[in-house]
Amino acid sequence: MSDAALDPVTLAVLNGRLEQIVDEMDATLFRSAFNPIIAEAHDASHGIYHRETGETLVQGKSGLPIFVGAMAFAVKTVIKKAAIDGDLADGDVYIFNDPWDGGTHLSDFRLVRPVFRDGAVFCWIASVGHWHDVGGAVPGNYNPAATEAWQEGFVCPPVKLYRAGEYQPDITAMLSANSRLPVSLYGDMNAQINALDLGMERLNGLLDDYGDEVIETALAALRDRAERLMRAEIALLPDGVYSAEDWLDNDGVVDEPLKLVLTITISGDEMTLDFAGSAPGCLGPVNISRATTFAACYVTMKHVFDEIPANAGAMAPIHVLIPNGSILAAEAPKPVGGYTETILRLIDLVFQAMADVAPERSNGCAYGTINALSIAGRRSDTGAPWVMFSFFGGGHGGSAESDGLQHGNAPISTATIPPLEILEAAYPVAFRQWALRADSGGPGKHRGGLGAIYEIELLEKSANVFLFGERGRTNPPGILGGGPAAGNRFRFDTDEGRNAGIPPMASKIVGVKLERGMRVRLEAPGGGGYGPVNERDPAAVQADLDAGYISADAARSAYGVEPSS
Amino acid sequence: MSGPRWIIGVDVGGTFTDVFALEQATGQVLTAKTPSTPADQSIGFVRGLGLAAPLADIGTVVHGTTVGTNALLERKGARTGLIATEGFRDVLEMRRRDRPHTWGLRGTFKPVAARQDRLEVRERTLADGTIEQAVDEAGVEAAARALADAGCESVAIAFVNAYANPENEQRARAAVARVWPNAHITAATDILPEIREFERTSTAVLNAYLQPTMGRYINRLHDALAAGGDAGLLIVQSNGGLMTAAESARAPIRTALSGPAAGVVAAQRVGVAAGYPNIIACDMGGTSFDVSLIADGQTALAAETSIDFGMTARAPMVEIVTIGAGGGSIAWVDAGGMLRIGPESAGADPGPVAYGKGGTRPTVTDANIVLGRINPERPIGGELSRLDTEAARAALQATIGDALGLDPEQAAEAVIRVANARMTGAIRLVSIERGHDPKSFLAMPFGGGGALHAGALVNEVGLAGAISPRYPGVLSALGCVIADMRRDFVQTINRPLPSLDTSVLTDAIAAYWRDGTAALDDAGVALDARRIEIELDMHYQGQTHAIPVRIASTDDVSRLEINADSVQSAFEAAYLSQYGRLLDGPVIRVMNLRAAVIGVRPRFDLTQLAPDGGDIATARTGSRPVYVDGAWTDATIYDRLALPVGAVINGPAVLEQPDATIFVEPDLSARVDSLGNVILERQA
Repeated sequence: MSDAALDPVTLAVLNGRLEQIVDEMDATLFRSAFNPIIAEAHDASHGIYHRETGETLVQGKSGLPIFVGAMAFAVKTVIKKAAIDGDLADGDVYIFNDPWDGGTHLSDFRLVRPVFRDGAVFCWIASVGHWHDVGGAVPGNYNPAATEAWQEGFVCPPVKLYRAGEYQPDITAMLSANSRLPVSLYGDMNAQINALDLGMERLNGLLDDYGDEVIETALAALRDRAERLMRAEIALLPDGVYSAEDWLDNDGVVDEPLKLVLTITISGDEMTLDFAGSAPGCLGPVNISRATTFAACYVTMKHVFDEIPANAGAMAPIHVLIPNGSILAAEAPKPVGGYTETILRLIDLVFQAMADVAPERSNGCAYGTINALSIAGRRSDTGAPWVMFSFFGGGHGGSAESDGLQHGNAPISTATIPPLEILEAAYPVAFRQWALRADSGGPGKHRGGLGAIYEIELLEKSANVFLFGERGRTNPPGILGGGPAAGNRFRFDTDEGRNAGIPPMASKIVGVKLERGMRVRLEAPGGGGYGPVNERDPAAVQADLDAGYISADAARSAYGVEPSS
Repeated sequence: MSGPRWIIGVDVGGTFTDVFALEQATGQVLTAKTPSTPADQSIGFVRGLGLAAPLADIGTVVHGTTVGTNALLERKGARTGLIATEGFRDVLEMRRRDRPHTWGLRGTFKPVAARQDRLEVRERTLADGTIEQAVDEAGVEAAARALADAGCESVAIAFVNAYANPENEQRARAAVARVWPNAHITAATDILPEIREFERTSTAVLNAYLQPTMGRYINRLHDALAAGGDAGLLIVQSNGGLMTAAESARAPIRTALSGPAAGVVAAQRVGVAAGYPNIIACDMGGTSFDVSLIADGQTALAAETSIDFGMTARAPMVEIVTIGAGGGSIAWVDAGGMLRIGPESAGADPGPVAYGKGGTRPTVTDANIVLGRINPERPIGGELSRLDTEAARAALQATIGDALGLDPEQAAEAVIRVANARMTGAIRLVSIERGHDPKSFLAMPFGGGGALHAGALVNEVGLAGAISPRYPGVLSALGCVIADMRRDFVQTINRPLPSLDTSVLTDAIAAYWRDGTAALDDAGVALDARRIEIELDMHYQGQTHAIPVRIASTDDVSRLEINADSVQSAFEAAYLSQYGRLLDGPVIRVMNLRAAVIGVRPRFDLTQLAPDGGDIATARTGSRPVYVDGAWTDATIYDRLALPVGAVINGPAVLEQPDATIFVEPDLSARVDSLGNVILERQA
């Protein structure tokens, strides 16, 4: 049977069943997780993976896109570990956060479980989620000053949380003891176990219904199909070499810009993404591992070719060249906590490089920074520690079809932002502004979407503020003649007055102290414009002016339109 | 009072306005269909009534409407202003920082209240309900005047943290009314005193956006009814309960899914009456397939829905999973060689290829025609005289058959299988994926095409069977006639259970009961009983999502006993059943109190619909070949409405009636039950 082709109809049916299993694992974790980064921001993912290669076979639709590629490396890491130890058993669950082999950063805990059928591994299922706090120097773990991973959090290699179905409470105790928020950790870990249990039950049900061989054939066919679709799309693009470069502000430790370079070569139905010329590994935490770089390429390809299914086959015709020793090939114990910033820049590079060859599939760069902001302190009444940690939004780039989305989520995630009322109910803060940022969208035929202004006042006696952001020095570019968006701007109150504090590293700060009544103000970037500004309909400029999306000055200077009233 | 008194259900759909009429004294029943009049639905509404009874003889009209749905989807509501807390007018436009599609960074969002119509005033309430800054009433008055001068027809007021203390919002509401007295003012906490500022603001703004449209529509209906009689008018809410027409004009957002909800109500009632409390209601229209689950006789409700990207409405709604696989959905082969159905639809114009109105791309309906399952000589709806089977065959061959190496019949069968697989996916989503065993459920297909696919769905999902109601084409109108009155309440509590004073709950419940029953009295509708259903949204402290925990259903709130222990055990039972494990350590927290006051209307005896006499031989109208599992086989054709109670027909067979066709697959049998429903089951 394994050699026989499945008829297209059965294949379609099985495709739907498999996707539903993984989607429901996503939903189970989101609903039962403790920390809002998983529950609200969906910084988590689930999938089904190949028993030998760890390749992604099926991926949930609602999880964090970046994990689509990264989790294959995580599963591969466990496969290697199990082969060395030689003690893999039915009912084992591995847990770990090693970012160099597994991708992303220490906050992301992966639970990986073999699916046994008739005494042998049939495939793997895995759950990954961003935990609220995993120790290290900075609450919430975005430590822009880290020069070694241990300053970002504790490192957990692949260990067994369950041995042949037997729960290992010692592991939980070890992990909990190293977190500022052990209850949240315990809740999230259980929620991930809920998701794996459910996936196990559903997958076994499917295998029982159709037989292991039919499913095996279907999984292979779905992979081939994704590859075929991707090749067909690449083949439609003209052969050639297309390149782009972009910058990171700094690494958080040394205040020097870091260059990233991408050269795309399209040849027939294959594509090469070559990062030669990119900066060497840096001291601070904006390095990323090879696994992460590969995963970022996968995410971007999914944005460019959005109709291709999410499995490993889609990447088969795409070759990724990552120079050794570069910022994109970090090894232990290089700090990688700010990985989000670097992969957002890789995504910007791809859209810029693709603009000329596939203008319909490209868009102005999005706001390009995760803006991980944490405010942490102790309650004066109980002494209990609190950590408000969240990512903030910005504008999306203009596209061939319309102006960019105002206040969207980062392209690497499908995260929603927690409601300010939930944050105010949980933490001693009051938001003073939560607004669109006028004039922040890049001008163009299709204007970039607006970024946002968030101003937060402390209601407790004192607290410390940490920010990990980017795009403070190089603004999100437009494409095809569209202009850049406004850059990131962060200010905080000091004894000198309101908004007097300016971060030395543009958008990265460690432990600025606030006292009651003091505020921080984040002005997040918009998105880049699409197409030349002189092709914008003057009526659209006037409408932007009427709505206050742009100022009268910007109408004149950026668009050359004299306001009508 | 003499003469007949009719109670009439009117459901206005995209194509037809359906009428189900019941004369209460004699039990006489009438059904009718008339083309809908999209430009002004009240015209079709009045025509539909005319087909049933003279206005003077009508006691009550119950209406399922898509006026609200359409105004939202087509963005044809009123120009709406928003008065917001200083610093927060953009909450509406910023949403929850999402995007339209996971993959691909295209698309944008335009809120229904433009930014220049969103004004800010000084005021601030903190999360614990403390008023930090009293509302600047002069500022509110100035804002109201400015919005009125700008041409707004309606206004919403939505302040940060007002769920915890609505005082500032209420004072602002009064200030607006002072300078701009009008019927279209929505204070967000009047509609939804629940935490989450975007969802509450969006719901309030969408409500205000619909108020003028709905108000005018309701006025037209009132005028039409008053012209010839004194009929009362009730409107179906999105959760399947009824409210008075006046309430619907005040809170039109509660009608966003009015139309589909009526059908689900009927499915629930028909299922329970037939002895099947576990039903999966499947409404198959021209472009979509809507599925809802009824478990143990209870309709599943969702707390929130998005009408379109960013257009979030938080109001209790029948939980409906919609997929783009209706009769008009187009079949195609993608670049990877996979057969796909929809989401593109041929709609009513040009319609399926066989309709001969210019359609060239094959649809699900075309496949059913080619396979002999739809009678080409008797098209549903009566607009066409016959269908062009050959054109449908040719289109299937050209689009599907050539690409996949299939002949036209094989291609048609493949289309049906993939369409069935998509419908199966939707059914799984609402059933298996939520832990329900399909073996204990029956599908109830209604709408035009559902019954053609019911048998296949039974086999593919492993359902116990399917039940086709007596009048599947007017089931939603029947739902109008039998639905109960309902008024929903919600209040955010947001307190840890150990420190919660439960008298907060019992006091609120007593107030809901008082207000809810007073509203029932005012509606002047005959009721058999009243009750209140009480639920808490709860979680472990630290979680942001909550699970619904059922606390009580009672007709006597004075005897209600709610204490921390009973609430804790109810939570733990619900959590265990959802996730399979409890957590050791975290504090349990109560997020929201929800209640519904229900007025139970006199039960309509469904046996009144059952066939009177008849016999199988007379009902048999002939036979024709149908294509099943790769071969042509002869199916017997019956006039469904002429079959007697107790008739059993083995497949392959086709049961025809004016508004629907049932295909009985070869391994199934069809049985007419005592209510006139057709039950499809596996042959013994």
